[in-house]
Amino acid sequence: MRVSLFITCLADLFHPEIGLAMVSILRKHGVELVFPRGQTCCGQPAFNTGNWAEARSVAARMLDVFEGSEYVVSPSASCTAMIREAFPRLFVNDEALLARSEALASRSYEFIEFLGKVLNIKSTDARFDGRLTYHYTCHQRALGMTTEAEDLVKSLQGVTYIPLDGKERCCGFGGAFSIKMPDLSGHLANDKAERIIETGAEAVVVNDTGCIMNISGALKRRGVPVKVIHLARILSGEVTAP
Amino acid sequence: MNHETRPLPRWDFGAATRQSLRNESLAKALFRATAKFDDGRRALMAALPESDLLREKARQIKDDVLQHLDRYLAEFADSVEKAGGVVHWARTAGDANALVASIARERNVKRIVKAKTMVSEETHLNEALEREGFCVMETDLGEYILQVAGDRPSHIVVPAVHRTKEEIADLFNSSFGVSLPPEPAEITKFARARLREEFANADMGITGANFAAADTGTVIQVTNEGNGRLCATWPPVQVVFMGIEKIIPRLEDLPVFLKLLARSATGQPMTVYTNLITGPRREGEGDGPRELHVILIDNGRTTVLGSGYRQTLRCIRCGACLNTCPVYRNVGGHTYGSVYPGPIGSVLSPLYEGRSRFNSLPHASSLCGACYQACPMKINIPHMLTAMRAEQAEHGENHVLERLGMRLWALAMRSPLLYRFGGKALRWGMLPLSSEGWVSSLPYPFSGWTKRRDFPLPAKKSFRGSFKK
Ligand code: SF4
Repeated sequence: MRVSLFITCLADLFHPEIGLAMVSILRKHGVELVFPRGQTCCGQPAFNTGNWAEARSVAARMLDVFEGSEYVVSPSASCTAMIREAFPRLFVNDEALLARSEALASRSYEFIEFLGKVLNIKSTDARFDGRLTYHYTCHQRALGMTTEAEDLVKSLQGVTYIPLDGKERCCGFGGAFSIKMPDLSGHLANDKAERIIETGAEAVVVNDTGCIMNISGALKRRGVPVKVIHLARILSGEVTAP
Repeated sequence: MNHETRPLPRWDFGAATRQSLRNESLAKALFRATAKFDDGRRALMAALPESDLLREKARQIKDDVLQHLDRYLAEFADSVEKAGGVVHWARTAGDANALVASIARERNVKRIVKAKTMVSEETHLNEALEREGFCVMETDLGEYILQVAGDRPSHIVVPAVHRTKEEIADLFNSSFGVSLPPEPAEITKFARARLREEFANADMGITGANFAAADTGTVIQVTNEGNGRLCATWPPVQVVFMGIEKIIPRLEDLPVFLKLLARSATGQPMTVYTNLITGPRREGEGDGPRELHVILIDNGRTTVLGSGYRQTLRCIRCGACLNTCPVYRNVGGHTYGSVYPGPIGSVLSPLYEGRSRFNSLPHASSLCGACYQACPMKINIPHMLTAMRAEQAEHGENHVLERLGMRLWALAMRSPLLYRFGGKALRWGMLPLSSEGWVSSLPYPFSGWTKRRDFPLPAKKSFRGSFKK
């Protein structure tokens, strides 16, 4: 089995450790990995702001970069949803590109989704010695994911799991939304931070890079030392305590 | 509309959020109500094993109606007339209001009681009737409160959701010289007594319609307070004020929608009152109006029908998308500046009240998708919002800085070399602003981010620099 890593621009530039954790887990399960070096961004910033001509030009490149891949796996439900949901909309008037984008969509997975659906991994022997809570990132909804990640969090060895009030409520990131509606976005981020603090957890699992930036930025501003961790880093054994 | 002489100014949603976020009593009232409805909806839908099937069925029925709307409308009009009612067609809001006014004038009507109808908000019916000298009284408790206060609805199901019970008690006490405690039961009792008199003296009742069955001409109203039933049965003349998209093919389709509507709206298995009205009072019947008029209102709906936004016409105005929306829950309905607030309102308002006036509303969403998941009619609101954003950009209506920025960005993203350089430049640029890996003040246009949170510094070494084969 060969997986093409789609690391996404935010993970590549801001959180390389997440990609590296994915690499270590997938290798442990005997998956052959490639990292197509031509990859950049999925085009979501342009798509979400309505700049579809620009989004199309970037998305078309992605089709080339991942042409011939067996599976395309990313640490971000948001970027996977961009491929699955938005690419076909962008190319609706171009039969050839539409067919290619639909083919790419059918091979694309978010990391946790891939573990469950393709590798059939639904529990873990990884550990986390501490109080942990979990935020459900919004784009999992778009992928039809429900409790996959939360179930893994609960099954960690040594963990004290504390459910987060309103865990499915958006943290207010929304990409360009955070710049266009900064007060509202910041308000939602702080509301999320407050709920997290209320749990008394020492760390929170957040499985999307944009949300990690947003939530950790709000916690940082409040001077609260709660750690924001992508689940891959716990599953890989990189992080075992807060 | 003839009373609008110049276009209304653009609505700045972002600026409006800044106001609303400061209003603490609003936050309290909103959070309590929306959480109750949203939690109730989730629990009841989860407890209904066939909920997915029902939603799919409802979607199919409505899509069929929209596909053959002309045919179903003609059938409905026939059925209403067979049952003894009178059907009127209104192309615009102004036409619809004028029809009501002329029906009222011809019958020498003075006092009108009204049940809650969103489409009458859309056409500004009350103002139109009051300008003609009629006395119009809202009888839904929420609408009544707003009428007394001179306020506007902020929710499509619970219009006064933005007001706390303390505020409402104060309002009644100062308006009517009474001294009510801030108790919902007391407030309701007081309003009920006042409204009784209004019903008894009314010459005409106006109601909306939640659904209208084409095969029987039956108009269906779903309410919790019973005022709708009084509006429909007590006054001698009843006017049903409804949008043309409310049609369902057969009366036997109704249960599918009833099951979804109450659960989605207020987290109830069923509302307290479900009125099925077929024609006026018949020979030998003891109650009901002598005359029944049905006004079928287009007001832009046929244009939407022929557009990429057709699925919005499936909306049954349940409000589930509002109650679940993190944006709505924090800023409230008035922040949207339009008749229809919340996620669905962010699509409807540009469509019905002006794209350019409400061009900020398609951006009033983080695209989290909670609305789509909640919607019993499976309306893909995030898709509608991004489609509108795309139309704006296509017409060059987005900010010039954004246009320029996006072009540069796309240029960089099409070249791995430029992308790598851009990533490095970002780090170098931010480094002097940072401390311990975080920036607490970014320059314009990113300064908004750091008003309430910090921004991380890019990593020293990117993934592509670290990955080994
Ligand atoms: S869009 Fe859907 S959820 Fe929102 S009010 Fe309409 S039917 Fe209800």
